[in-house]
Amino acid sequence: MEFYVLLLLWSVPVVLGFVFGQLAEKRHYRSIHAREKAMLYLPTTSGKLPIMGGQAVRCELVTGSVVVSVDHFKRAAAALRGLVGGPVKSYESLLDRAKREAVLRLKESCGSAHEIVNLRLETVPLSKSAQGGIGAVEVLAFGTAIYVAGPA
Amino acid sequence: MLMSNIEIIPGKTITASHGIVSGSTVRAKHVGRDIMAGLKNMVGGELRGYTELLEESRAEAIERMRSQAQQMGANAIVNVRFSTSSVAVGAAEIYVYGTAVTVA
Repeated sequence: MEFYVLLLLWSVPVVLGFVFGQLAEKRHYRSIHAREKAMLYLPTTSGKLPIMGGQAVRCELVTGSVVVSVDHFKRAAAALRGLVGGPVKSYESLLDRAKREAVLRLKESCGSAHEIVNLRLETVPLSKSAQGGIGAVEVLAFGTAIYVAGPA
Repeated sequence: MLMSNIEIIPGKTITASHGIVSGSTVRAKHVGRDIMAGLKNMVGGELRGYTELLEESRAEAIERMRSQAQQMGANAIVNVRFSTSSVAVGAAEIYVYGTAVTVA
């Protein structure tokens, strides 16, 4: 009897995570793809020198950040993966979404800029609050937005 | 106050350098937010409460750096970097630093 209670306690969050987590991930990827397409006009480089010409008149430090956490299904999948090693797909997609979301927020915060130079991404694991707590990471994107005189 | 994370301010020339300026905050998270985050954790995804919390703290750290630069008589900060570390359970330090300069 006790065994079944424990099994239920373990499996309900995993099933919930699987159903809602996968749905949320699909929805998020759809929104990322649409917004990335919309922001394509804004050239971005991780180099320090501007790639577009033009006389810069103003620059601005811009940031975008997002905190994401794993769901119980992803955690369970990663734990199973840990037995045999190899790529942990469930975490890869989570971090990929977080990074793209952070960059999108950065771009959306300066939509009228001419270009963005020196884009940097930083990933910080936030401490797990307690046993069974949250494994959350913050992704911060920052860069310099450059505005030029006249129409681009 | 102009800020950039490259060595120059595009379109301007640096005439004087005043040295390093920095700002930091240590923020603890809110119990209510933590409980909400725990619920959200069931399905994973973004923890909006934490995103906002860290964004507010970052804005405050930048503000502190800005006032320090102002005291030095600078009008721009170049090479700004961010660093975040979790110092204790439930608390994070946000540190931002750069070089205060005068541009013309």
